[in-house]
Amino acid sequence: MSFHPKMAYDATFHRSERKLEDEGPPFVYTPENRARFDELVKRYPPDRRRSAVLPALYLAQSQQGYISANAIRHCAELLGITRADVEDVVSFYTMFYTRPVGKYVVQVCRTLSCALNGAERVTEELVAKLGLEPGTTDPTGTFTLVEVECLGACDRAPVVMVNDAWHECLKPEEAANLIDDLRVRGEAAVSGCHHAVEAGNR
Amino acid sequence: MDPILIKHVREPNAFTLDFYVQHEGYDALKKALAHRPDQIIDMVKASGLRGRGGAGFPTGMKWQFVDKKIEPRYLACNADESEPGTFKDHLLMERNPHLLIEGCAIGCYAIGARIAYIYIRGEFLHVQHVLERAIDEAYARGFLGRNILGSGFDCDVYVHRGAGAYEAGEETALLESLEGKRAQPRNKPPFPALVGLYGKPTAVNNVETLCNVPLIVAKGAEWYAALGPEKNGGPKLYCVSGHVRRPGVYEASMSITLRELIDGYAGGVREGRTLKAVIPGGSSVPILLPSQLDTQASFDAIQKAGSLLGSAAIVVLDDTTCMVWLAENLLHFYRHESCGKCTPCREGTDWLYKILHRIEQGDGQPRDLEVLQNVSGNIAGKTLCAFGDAAVTPVLTTLKHFRHEYEAHITERRCTLPAAWRARQPVGAH
Ligand SMILES: Cc1cc2nc3c(=O)[nH]c(=O)nc-3n(C[C@H](O)[C@H](O)[C@H](O)COP(=O)(O)O)c2cc1C
Ligand code: SF4
Ligand code: FES
Repeated sequence: MSFHPKMAYDATFHRSERKLEDEGPPFVYTPENRARFDELVKRYPPDRRRSAVLPALYLAQSQQGYISANAIRHCAELLGITRADVEDVVSFYTMFYTRPVGKYVVQVCRTLSCALNGAERVTEELVAKLGLEPGTTDPTGTFTLVEVECLGACDRAPVVMVNDAWHECLKPEEAANLIDDLRVRGEAAVSGCHHAVEAGNR
Repeated sequence: MDPILIKHVREPNAFTLDFYVQHEGYDALKKALAHRPDQIIDMVKASGLRGRGGAGFPTGMKWQFVDKKIEPRYLACNADESEPGTFKDHLLMERNPHLLIEGCAIGCYAIGARIAYIYIRGEFLHVQHVLERAIDEAYARGFLGRNILGSGFDCDVYVHRGAGAYEAGEETALLESLEGKRAQPRNKPPFPALVGLYGKPTAVNNVETLCNVPLIVAKGAEWYAALGPEKNGGPKLYCVSGHVRRPGVYEASMSITLRELIDGYAGGVREGRTLKAVIPGGSSVPILLPSQLDTQASFDAIQKAGSLLGSAAIVVLDDTTCMVWLAENLLHFYRHESCGKCTPCREGTDWLYKILHRIEQGDGQPRDLEVLQNVSGNIAGKTLCAFGDAAVTPVLTTLKHFRHEYEAHITERRCTLPAAWRARQPVGAH
C-alpha cells in the first residue's frame, strides 16, 4: 500500500502501482472467460454481483497477464459498479499486477520462518543470477523478481512461488539452478507442494 | 493422543470422497441431520470447542449468537491462513478436504444457513483446486446441494479466492472482501453473528475449527472434551517451524508441553545450537523463554505464562537469532500488511520499521528505544482491529527480554549477531 506521496512506503515492490494513463489494449473477455464469469457470478445473490470482483479480475489477469484500465472498465461494466470501485480493489490486493510482468514471476517469501532458514540468501542469489533488484522485470520480459510475505508453508522454508506454482525448501545454493531450469523446462521445473508430492498425489 | 484430524494425510487417496466415506466420512452429517439444529449447537457448546483461528472463542457460543430470526444467514469459513508461521489449514484442506466440507455442511445446518463461503487465500491455488474437486464430488453424491440425504436440508458450499492481503483474515475484513471491497475491517459491535455478510447474521469460523465439528457430532461432546485439559478439549494442530530439525504440522492434545512439541515431535534445535526463545502462537504474540518450555501448549496455560496460543504457530529461535533483526523482519511484514484504515497503525508500523531498520543497520541512536516504546504505545489499543496490538508485540516483547541486544547494536553501531544464514549484503534494504 502506498499512503502518502512524500513517504517512501513503496520501497518494496507494490504490484498495485499503476500509471493511470496505462489504458492497455482494448479489452473484453474471450467467450470462454465470459462464460466462466457468468457461471461464477451466480454464486452470489443477484443483487450482490459486486462480490464477484476478485474472480472477475483473476479472469482478466489470466487473459491479459495484468490488469489494465480497459480491463477494469470491462469488469466494472459486467459487475454493475463504477470503475473507481474496481480500481479501489485492484490497488489494494497484492496479487493483481497493474503493469506487464515477466513470463515467470519469482516470488520469494521473506517472512520470519523462511528468513530463519536462509530466504535472504535465496533472494541474494537470485538478484545476482538475474541481475535484477526485487520488484523489477528483466528487459526480455522473462523474469520478474518479487519478495512476498508469509505464504503459509513455513515448514518447507524457504518457499518460492513461481507464478501460481510453489517451490519449497529452496536452498540458496540451488536458487540459480532453478532459474536455469525454468528457462529450459518452464513451470515443470518447480517442485510443487510437498504435501501432495509426499503422498504421491501428482 | 493418536492423530485424528490428520490421521490419514499421508495416504495417497486421502483427499478423495471414496477414501473419506470408507473411513466413516459423512456419517456425522447423517447423524446431525437426524437432530434439530439447536441440538447440534448444544453439542458443540458442551464439547467446549474453542475457535482455532486465533482468539480461542467458544464456537458453540458464537453459533448461538447468530440471530435466528433473520433470513438468510451465512457461514463464512476463514481459510485465509496468513499469520506468519501458520500452515495447518493448508494441510487440512489439501489432504483432508472432505472433513472441512462436512464441517461446513453441519455448521450451516446448525445456524440455519444455506450457503457457506470458504474464503481461501489467493496463494493457495493448488489447495483450492483440491477443495473444488472435493466439493464437486460431494455434490455428485448428494452430500451437498438440494435435499441433502433426503432430509429436506439444502446447502451450497463455494470457494472464494482472496488476492493477497493478510488483513482479509480478520473476520469483518473478510466479509468486506467477500462483498467485493477492500479487505478493511468494520467497527465492532455489531458482531458478524448479528450483522455480517450482506448485513445478515453470519458465523465466521476457521478451517480447523470447522474440521473439529464432525468429530464432536460423531463421537459426542464428552469424548471430545476429555481429549484435552479442562476448557481446552479436542485435538489441536501445532505448526512448528524455524530453527528445528523436523518442522511440520503435529497433532496433539492440548495437555502436551511446548518442550514435548519442540524437542520431541520437531526434533529440537539443530546440532550444536541452543534454544534462545520461542514464539508460541504466530508472529503477533509475546516471546517465551527457554525456562518456560514446560508450559502446557493450551490456550489457558500459554496465556498464564504471558503469551497467547493464537494460531498455534510455534516459531523456534536458536542462539544465532538476532532479536533486533527479528523485530525488523516482522515489522516489515506488518508495515506491508496494514490495511491503512486507521492512522496509528498505518503510520506507526512504517515508523517502527524504519527505526528498527536503522538500528539493525548500525545507525541507531540511544533515544530510538524510547521512540520505539512511545510509538508502540500510541498504536496498541488505539486501533480499529487487533492488528495494531499484534504489530507492536514483536517490538515490545524483544525490547522487554532482549533490551541489551538493542543497546549493543546502538553502541557498537552494527548488528552484533550477524548469522551465517542471513544475507551477506542486506538485500531489499530500504
Ligand atoms: C489481523 C488479523 C488476522 C487474522 N487472520 C486470520 C486468519 O488468517 N485465519 C483465521 O482463521 N483467523 C484469522 N483471524 C481471526 C479472525 O478474525 C476470527 O477470529 C476467526 O476467523 C474466527 O474463527 P474461529 O472462532 O473459528 O477461530 C485474524 C484476526 C486478525 C485481527
Ligand atoms: S489496525 Fe491496522 S489493519 Fe486494523 S483496521 Fe487499523 S489500519 Fe487496518
Ligand atoms: S514464513 Fe515463508 S511461508 Fe511462512
